[in-house]
Amino acid sequence: MSDNEKKKGPGRWLLAAIPLVLLAVMVAVFMRADPTSQFEAAFPPVEDLTIERVSFPEPGLMRVHVVNGGPQPVTIAQVTVDDAFWRFRLDGDPTVARLRRTTLDLDYPWVDGEPHLIRVVTSTGATFEHEVAVATQSPRVNAQYLSTFGLLGLYAGVLPVLIGLMWYPFLRRIDRKWIHFYLSLTVGLLTFLVVDAFEHTLEASAMVPEGFAAVGLISLGLVGAVVGLRAIGNLGRGKGEDTSALTVAYMIALGIGLHNLGEGLAIGAAYSLGEIALGSFLVIGFALHNTTEGLAIVAPIADERPALWHFGAMGVIAGLPTVFGAWVGGFSYSPTAATFFLALGAGAIIQVIIEVTKLVQRSWPKGLFTPLNALGLILGLVVMYGTALMVTA
Amino acid sequence: MKAEKLSRRDWLRLGAAGVAGMSGAAVLDLAARGGARHALAAAGLTSQDQAGHAAGHAADLGVVGSTAPADFDPAAYLTDFDYGTASTRADGRTVRRWEIVAVDREIEIAPGVWFPAWTYNGQVPGPTLRCTQGDVLQVEFTNAGSHPHTIHFHGTHPPEMDGFEPVVAPGEKFTYEFEAKPWGLHLYHCHTLPLKRHIHKGLYGTFIVDPPDGREPAREMVMMMNGFDSNFDGDNEVYAVNTAAFYHHEHPIRVGVGDLCRVYLVNVTEFDLINSFHLHAGVFRVYRTGTRMDHYDLTDTIMMCQGERHVLEFRLEHPGKHMFHAHQSEFAELGWMGFFEAVENLAADEGAPVHSYV
Repeated sequence: MSDNEKKKGPGRWLLAAIPLVLLAVMVAVFMRADPTSQFEAAFPPVEDLTIERVSFPEPGLMRVHVVNGGPQPVTIAQVTVDDAFWRFRLDGDPTVARLRRTTLDLDYPWVDGEPHLIRVVTSTGATFEHEVAVATQSPRVNAQYLSTFGLLGLYAGVLPVLIGLMWYPFLRRIDRKWIHFYLSLTVGLLTFLVVDAFEHTLEASAMVPEGFAAVGLISLGLVGAVVGLRAIGNLGRGKGEDTSALTVAYMIALGIGLHNLGEGLAIGAAYSLGEIALGSFLVIGFALHNTTEGLAIVAPIADERPALWHFGAMGVIAGLPTVFGAWVGGFSYSPTAATFFLALGAGAIIQVIIEVTKLVQRSWPKGLFTPLNALGLILGLVVMYGTALMVTA
Repeated sequence: MKAEKLSRRDWLRLGAAGVAGMSGAAVLDLAARGGARHALAAAGLTSQDQAGHAAGHAADLGVVGSTAPADFDPAAYLTDFDYGTASTRADGRTVRRWEIVAVDREIEIAPGVWFPAWTYNGQVPGPTLRCTQGDVLQVEFTNAGSHPHTIHFHGTHPPEMDGFEPVVAPGEKFTYEFEAKPWGLHLYHCHTLPLKRHIHKGLYGTFIVDPPDGREPAREMVMMMNGFDSNFDGDNEVYAVNTAAFYHHEHPIRVGVGDLCRVYLVNVTEFDLINSFHLHAGVFRVYRTGTRMDHYDLTDTIMMCQGERHVLEFRLEHPGKHMFHAHQSEFAELGWMGFFEAVENLAADEGAPVHSYV
């Protein structure tokens, strides 16, 4: 038996277990002896309640969704609304354990279209508050709600992407150098989306209760999407082959779809939380913004001739998640879930950028950064910036 | 998404810009439903169900649960006067002696809400010390708390008995001795720096010096308007008279119809510049600082600065519940709200008992 084989013997598993066993022993000792109890007693309990959302199921009724993201159980003692103590009904025990949720119902005459400040007072007198920017009746999950958000997703997500796909015949008729210009433009568009998605991830993560470790959710989402998409891409090709242009197009569609899922969540939540009105202006803004995403999908396949159904499929993959996102976000928005999905969307687009860049580099010996391509990239960013202004105006 | 960042102002602008929705009538209808139903409710055109909700609202202001009177009973404090241990000196003057101990203690300021207070004799407010003008007062103060404290009395006395100095360190004692004057409604509180914290943590009490000839017999009550900064952000979360939020809202104070009622009203609210007292369905006489009998205002609302105090006298003419509260609606809704319940033919020792000056 060689030295090397000896090293690989079953004994190595034992070696791997030693640190784990020691760790278990240390944890057990800590739990029993509790050497930190002295330390804990010197400080008041650290409380960290988060009011995740406040919904208004009907006139005169306010529902406060609370989660305990802190290290200690927290006892809810009283509630004030706009600086007035108000009676409430509690769903279960007033003491909320770590990472547990509870719901408070208040018969409060909330005012449509006006802000309200809700504050939970705990047994220690600590307060945790949440401002509702604009109180508005929460949508109920019914056919009308689903069809409304279905239509919204269709207008803001699916149709614009399909319209964007119709640049395909144009792309087929232009010079190769211009195709690469449009591919670079696509990279610009996608870069904007990544930054945009990441900004919103961080924004949502600020509302994630500390106990749910937003950093972990973001890393999981980002890395999970990059690695996952790459693995899916690898499934479609043999060893040594490059990813086909059609696969890249599908991956872009999927990446954009994941991104749009996060977008949909945000739209649905913002609407049901009364933070936006779905005016036509807003919908048009989203539509213009998303049309450019269609271009991003078809740019890689300008040289190919895929069957027509592929276009439909890619449009649906990219656009339809907006609808699902809006449905879910509208009636059960959670910053924790939103953070994960937004990070997932950002990661997906990062992977798509990598693929498109590779595509350009391999089919165009001059590489990504010819003056024309650089111009395309910058122009992509400018176009996204311009259409984003339509939404944030 | 860009959407969730929209501020309220943006929202209003969007609302103005948004004409017919691209996604058609469905969206607009959904957006409009809440508003329309509220409009109906306001106009009283709602179904029975919605009207029921509206009717329930008045009763829903307040707190959940009730404070345990075991540690501090607001009803007892209201009519509890501590005359100390009285004795007569060789020169014939009355000497009154009290023992006051400063202790740290958690107190319940609203049902289930506990506040880490500094107290005189374990209660907030401290005991109501009462005497007659000319009495010799001896207040033996022991500091059993974790911080230095004093007792500063309002009224006339030598500066060395004023309670600004000396500061009494934890474990130490100091006896304040002075003659009670002038007659009126006074106040005592800790004067250790930082002053704001020593007062808002609970070191204060009422100090009544009766006139030599007494006052007209009346149902007498002490009301200390106070507030608590439960999360220590420099702003009160809970307001009350006599500490427990909404206590007399849940437990009305019983008085006799037509009986003379006298309220010793003191304002020690920290952080807010003023507090106020408003009586429903009646008016009261205001004797400023309680130091004169021949001059008063007749009103139903009185505004008071921090440390100000007045004697209020009134007779309720009609039986039933008479609300009283701070006329700052915010304070009222955060706990400073209560009821007198006027009852026909109430015995002198029932409700807030009649106090006779003998």
